[in-house]
Amino acid sequence: MTALGTPARTGTPARIDRRRFVADLIARLPEDALVVSGLGSPSYDVFAAGDRPGNFYLWGAMGAAAPLALGLALARPEHPVVAITGDGEHLMGIGALGTIGAQLPPNLTVVVLDNAHFGETGMQPSHTGLGTDLVAVARGFGIRDTVRISGLDQAEDLAARIRAGTATTYAQVLITTDEPPRALPPRDGVANKNSFRAALGLSTF
Amino acid sequence: MSQTHAPAPSWQEDVFAALKKRGIQLIAHVPDSGHSHTILEAQRDPAIHDVVLTTEEEGVAVVSGAWLGGQRSVLLMQSSGVGNCVNMFSLLQMCQFPFLTLVTMRGEYAEFNPWQGPMGRTTRQALELMGITVVRADRPEDVEEAVEAALDSVFEAGERVAVLLGQKLIGRKKWERD
Repeated sequence: MTALGTPARTGTPARIDRRRFVADLIARLPEDALVVSGLGSPSYDVFAAGDRPGNFYLWGAMGAAAPLALGLALARPEHPVVAITGDGEHLMGIGALGTIGAQLPPNLTVVVLDNAHFGETGMQPSHTGLGTDLVAVARGFGIRDTVRISGLDQAEDLAARIRAGTATTYAQVLITTDEPPRALPPRDGVANKNSFRAALGLSTF
Repeated sequence: MSQTHAPAPSWQEDVFAALKKRGIQLIAHVPDSGHSHTILEAQRDPAIHDVVLTTEEEGVAVVSGAWLGGQRSVLLMQSSGVGNCVNMFSLLQMCQFPFLTLVTMRGEYAEFNPWQGPMGRTTRQALELMGITVVRADRPEDVEEAVEAALDSVFEAGERVAVLLGQKLIGRKKWERD
């Protein structure tokens, strides 16, 4: 395990390519990992890494990624559950971190791709560029296992934590504001729900 | 820390019994005195995850995630919480998640606090506008049937249902501490 929180080496930490980091992370996850992606670019990043039966892509319901992953993690303790979302989506439902902090399922990981901007709506600066420290927020809500990622080589460390499944983990990933080509996952929520449940051996309802 | 609890009204016991009978495994809640028995029992029951929320809309996502993973769950809130959920209800409609919420009403009977009025008066409409079927129980003897019927609709037919528990059930709120 790496040390908690990677301090900035020279004042301003490096920022990394979102698409490459997500691809590197997902490639290292066990096959039975369940991934929930937040609306906008994180859903595109997760889909671009390759569609998997255990992916659930949100296209709306802003703020839902972390709490939806929490419910899933509680229901499926034998599976690693990973929410991959953006700073804007996450900030809209930030209270969910308190709810997660009160449960701390060891199989849950929240990965926030943080470019400090609202990318979908024209790159307006977000709170994380204006003063909010997400790692401090997560720790304040009782999530003790936190990591700030600013290097592509940290994907393996995070994947190792996810595979170990010993504690709820929160990862803030500092990404650039580059916008890779859109890779649009299917927008049919019912079909996604049904295929996801089928992969778990569950009926439609 | 010791706390004594007055016995719960029998309709509150009926609610928890119905949830247990139909296999509810997760109870997400924003507290309310009308839900206090169910929350207390959920906390005591090792077969149930009790999930306290900071806002009701989180609960819509939590119970959807639980169902995606194969567990039946219920969301408890007060009428004011329905307003907090409106956009999040689109998750239910887009994915056709089975969904059950039990809503204790404020702002409709012997209400001392006028600030409960605006949301209390529009709770039913807000739910219905977002595609959720509303059933009501106003008398103690009707609660068990209403909750069981809702459980059937949700988990046997995949519907989205809110049970409104009328403010008369909870009675007049005492505002002065003795």
